[in-house]
Amino acid sequence: MIIGDPISRVLYVDLSRKRFWVKDRSELFEKYIGGVGAGIHLLMEECPQGIDPLAPQNPIILAVGQLNGFFPIASKTVALFKSPHTGNLGESYAGGRSAIALRMAGYGAMVVKGASDLPLYLVVTEDGVEFRDASVIWGTSSSYTVGRVIREREAGAGVRTIMRIGVAGEKLVTYSCVVTETYRHFGRLGLGAVFGSKKLKAILISGRRSLKPVDYKLYREVYQKIFKALTDSGIMKKYHDIGTAMNILPLNELGGLPIQNLTSTRFEDAEALSGEAFAQNHLGRRVACAHCPVSCIHIAALREPYVHEPYFYKTRMICYDYEPIYALGTMLGIGSREGVLKVIDEVERLGLDAISTGVALAWATEAMQCGLVGEGETGGLKLNWGDYKAYVKAIQMLAFRETPLFNALACGVDYASSVYGGREFALAFGGNEMPGYHTGPSAHLGFLVGARHSHLDAAGYSLDQRLLKSGEEASAGKIVEELFQEETWRQILSSLIVCFFGRGVYSPVTVCRALKVLGYQLTPADLEKLGREILKRKFEFKFREGFSFKKLRIPERIFQTPSPHGKLSREFMEEALKLYEEKVKALLGNL
Amino acid sequence: MSQRGPSRRLEVVDVDLCVGCQCCMFACNRRFGEAGLLKSAIHVRSAGGFERGLIVQVCRACLDPPCARACPVDALKVRKAGGVTLQPAKCIGCGNCVEACTVGAIFWDGEAGKPIICVYCGYCVEFCPYIVIKLEPLREEVS
Repeated sequence: MIIGDPISRVLYVDLSRKRFWVKDRSELFEKYIGGVGAGIHLLMEECPQGIDPLAPQNPIILAVGQLNGFFPIASKTVALFKSPHTGNLGESYAGGRSAIALRMAGYGAMVVKGASDLPLYLVVTEDGVEFRDASVIWGTSSSYTVGRVIREREAGAGVRTIMRIGVAGEKLVTYSCVVTETYRHFGRLGLGAVFGSKKLKAILISGRRSLKPVDYKLYREVYQKIFKALTDSGIMKKYHDIGTAMNILPLNELGGLPIQNLTSTRFEDAEALSGEAFAQNHLGRRVACAHCPVSCIHIAALREPYVHEPYFYKTRMICYDYEPIYALGTMLGIGSREGVLKVIDEVERLGLDAISTGVALAWATEAMQCGLVGEGETGGLKLNWGDYKAYVKAIQMLAFRETPLFNALACGVDYASSVYGGREFALAFGGNEMPGYHTGPSAHLGFLVGARHSHLDAAGYSLDQRLLKSGEEASAGKIVEELFQEETWRQILSSLIVCFFGRGVYSPVTVCRALKVLGYQLTPADLEKLGREILKRKFEFKFREGFSFKKLRIPERIFQTPSPHGKLSREFMEEALKLYEEKVKALLGNL
Repeated sequence: MSQRGPSRRLEVVDVDLCVGCQCCMFACNRRFGEAGLLKSAIHVRSAGGFERGLIVQVCRACLDPPCARACPVDALKVRKAGGVTLQPAKCIGCGNCVEACTVGAIFWDGEAGKPIICVYCGYCVEFCPYIVIKLEPLREEVS
């Protein structure tokens, strides 16, 4: 680690007492290279065992890693907290300008504790923290407006991040998100509700500084090589050209795209919702995270007339990606791009996680179809596949927790189905709603066993597709081995913190060279060992908070609807689950 | 790399191509052997939220630069074909130049207590993935 690098500084903020202080934590940032590696230790220290995630004691940890600010596409911040959605490990990442702002403000991490009596937002600079009254913007119906108000009032344009919550966060919807730079999110696992429980409307962080590498010559050389690979080599083409929405057509063709609550996997309107069609008809602007040349952020321009004012139009700029198109499009049977964009926009305005919201509404639609809930429970609203206007209304009712049904749905499908029934088609894994991949056993196993129950823990969807291509009949043991290896390696990328879209460029050898610029002498084997240690700490936290492999529920629906690997077998999944549990036990030393 | 030196200036070709990645800013800072943003002479920010696009602030190499006129100690030497060269030994760090620049293209190095002014080297251009900026010959040579 560079001597004197401000990354070792951790900023502690106590919202109850409106105080802040800085501690040097060089030992954490040296050994664990920052990000999730350092963050999980801070979470262990700061989060008392067994607390209610919405209690003031639940800390919010925001951390960056050694490579942020130094190398391109090291553009992410990790948030760690106890999740109000799963009651266990909360781990979520966002890009935008968040990582660069925190690093340039001269901190490696921020720990926000306590709860305020009145709504606040924080302004964080290298000089510390200012506490600002947010009572006027508390309750503002759109997260866009919150950003606009703070942007106008505060300094630091260009070198700041503004993380904020919407109404859903204020109302403690357990999967409400934190929006940053309008279009990026700490999306999953309910960080928005933790902000809301602390009466914390927003955090602005800004800073401009310079950091001295240990070896400047090597810095330039390694930088050039990484930059060239990111811009020239074609590795990033998918994210660069059409963006993640590129996945719609191939997944549909493969039969791995979940439709209408995973009752099928092929969508007749897939062409209309393809990344290609969005680009051709709506793409209005491309944006990038700070220090990333890829610009995967695709923003649609949606022009609409005002009904009561002739010749008046508004143009909404709405960000789309694969996951929102899946969750708020194909899962709800919406075949029109305009419809999908309007639903996505409502989710943005209110500050919800797109995936959980879509899966929750898909469950509600099916529950209504089979008579588990009726108009009495929805306040007269009828939910039918494809009816995007009803879904926009439903999203509002969900965010405001109107009617007992939407109030229950505001805690996710696991909870709602425990009240109303329909467990077999409640698509959640470890309490977290399913991402858009019904590609085979690896994807689902990954959702179940991944530390944060996300497709990004170990990318099982990718393994499924590779196995399909090679025609190999993989055993449960092989799948478990591959997922475990991948999740271990991803702890390193998540500590640096490099965006996973850059994983093809940041090989272990490249990471070692990049870290050498900062004075580290590490080998790929050292990184692997470190990855295992970080993953171990995460599971220690999970077990401490009551996680158990035995308690994991596999929704029956995934065995009913065929995947590209055919109908999945419960026996196979259970065998794989058992093997994974053994691996984790070995990792923990037979805990 | 394009030809550097006093007869060139940076031109913003098309700001609507800018995605706000700020790779130009990081490149400018690396000229000094350092990572980060403090010493960047080019600045990219949103035009009031990313939905409204971006603004690129960089020295336009004015023929009669207001920054030079505002300098009380003649630390900013006007180049023959436009733009200025900072003579750091003369600069007293008053910051008048920052205030005087109409387009806000002079920045402040808090560490050194001196302004940061583009030297028209074009290093940033090499790291702009979308050709938003380029090095241009100065006016005299164009005509």
